[in-house]
Amino acid sequence: MADRVKRNGLSVVLEKFGTRVFRMVEDLGNVFVLFLQCLTWLFRPPSEIRNIVKQMEEVGIRSMPVVLVTATFTGMVISLQSWSGFQRFQATSLVGSVVALSITRELGPVFAGLMVSGRVGAAMAAELGTMKVTEQIDALVTLATNPVKYLVIPRVVASTVVLPILVVFADLVGILGGYFVAVYLLGANPYVYVNKTYQYLEFKDIYTGLIKAAVFGFLIALISCYNGFIAEGGAEGVGRATTRAVVASSMVVLISDYFMTSFMF
Amino acid sequence: MPTIEIHGLCKRFGKNVVLDGLDLTVPRGKNTVVIGGSGTGKSVLIKCVVGLLRADAGEIRIDGEDVTKMDERELIRVRMKFGMLFQGSALFDSMNVGDNVAFALRRLHRYPEHQIPNVVEEKLALVGLRDLQHLMPSELSGGMKKRVGLARAIASEPEILLYDEPTTGLDPIMADVINDLVIRLRESLGVTSISITHDMASAYKIADFIAMLYKGKIIEVGTPDQIRQTANPVVSQFVEGRAQGPITAEHEEFVRFVHRSGEPRGQEEH
Repeated sequence: MADRVKRNGLSVVLEKFGTRVFRMVEDLGNVFVLFLQCLTWLFRPPSEIRNIVKQMEEVGIRSMPVVLVTATFTGMVISLQSWSGFQRFQATSLVGSVVALSITRELGPVFAGLMVSGRVGAAMAAELGTMKVTEQIDALVTLATNPVKYLVIPRVVASTVVLPILVVFADLVGILGGYFVAVYLLGANPYVYVNKTYQYLEFKDIYTGLIKAAVFGFLIALISCYNGFIAEGGAEGVGRATTRAVVASSMVVLISDYFMTSFMF
Repeated sequence: MPTIEIHGLCKRFGKNVVLDGLDLTVPRGKNTVVIGGSGTGKSVLIKCVVGLLRADAGEIRIDGEDVTKMDERELIRVRMKFGMLFQGSALFDSMNVGDNVAFALRRLHRYPEHQIPNVVEEKLALVGLRDLQHLMPSELSGGMKKRVGLARAIASEPEILLYDEPTTGLDPIMADVINDLVIRLRESLGVTSISITHDMASAYKIADFIAMLYKGKIIEVGTPDQIRQTANPVVSQFVEGRAQGPITAEHEEFVRFVHRSGEPRGQEEH
């Protein structure tokens, strides 16, 4: 063809990179549009309360075991690691504080967010993606139902509300896990440990963690629903959408975590 | 007075022009069947009519109102006039048959909750099914799914029914059962309908009018008898299902063209 220009390796790489960036910006814009659509449909009748409760059960109760196990072991490992580190300068009495602060401020919300990204994000993208490729979403529209209102809003609301609740439990079992390792396996003084846990823990540490969790829940559901909605091309397309949803929402959890931390320091 | 009037409808996906200035009038209370080859944009046409896809240009008037200029809220009001049967039935697979059929009734609060099971039973009876409200869609055969999909489409008593390939993928007997249902619904409910199909046996049986879609335009409209005796070589090749004719000749020309223009590129890369 006449308009084909001979291209060298570098320009091909640049072109591929440019396309990727371009698509990313486009996705970002579309997710934001989806968010605005959620806002406009949120308070219009009919109420989606039944759907919200169903999704809360799906996101909350079904994710509870995974989140609790992860949090327990996270607390245990921090206890173990900081013990062996702090022993070098005789500061093992502070292990309780380290466990409590790192769990409530950072690891509780982040690990819960990552687990929910994997479990719930994948499920949402797969379910909505399947509905998209089998025309069920079109069917919703012809039955006078807005798919954003019926499918996306319940998931986003449920996930935003439920994730902080999950994190409350995660914080609790994480700290208990740390206590168990320090006191029963490493021989820490239980009185000192509990005392140090309380001494430096402020209410702010807990609620900033819960705010983070709510934001994670919101972003995970929004991103996963978006990826489900844009799925096309049968089973393979649904698979791709699911992968994208999990990767994107896990990354967004970690990236947004940094910015929220720097903001709420 | 016609129910649906389409003028100069255009729809493209990227560089691919699917509908190119399409005109079609669908008379009230009649079944208009749109025929055309696979991938000619029949589905795109009815998706534009119901507002699932936005037209790029042209107008679609439903009872005089142009749906191409409407926002989402107005469209919801207009969509209540429609029922649509999807090619793969598109039943909600997280719900049982009864909840599928009752879906629009519950969303629109047409009936109090205690009446809904009776309405669902009545609609299922209309399509010749009974006692399977509790089954899940995955437990049904293809023909039964189509019938449940039809019951769901007629549940909220639409004025216009859209059928997306109602008989595709069914055995001949089940296809004829669906054909009879389409005819019966038109006679008993008096609905206006658009069907799209490439199954000519079905088209001849259910149609009051047949319209042939080719290259983004409606190239001929007529009663089944007129279409059978058409003078247009494209239409006659399609309805008689001949392998030789203007449609395939053009296709082969296209393939040769792609082949020719592909050669120099092949040399360049090697």
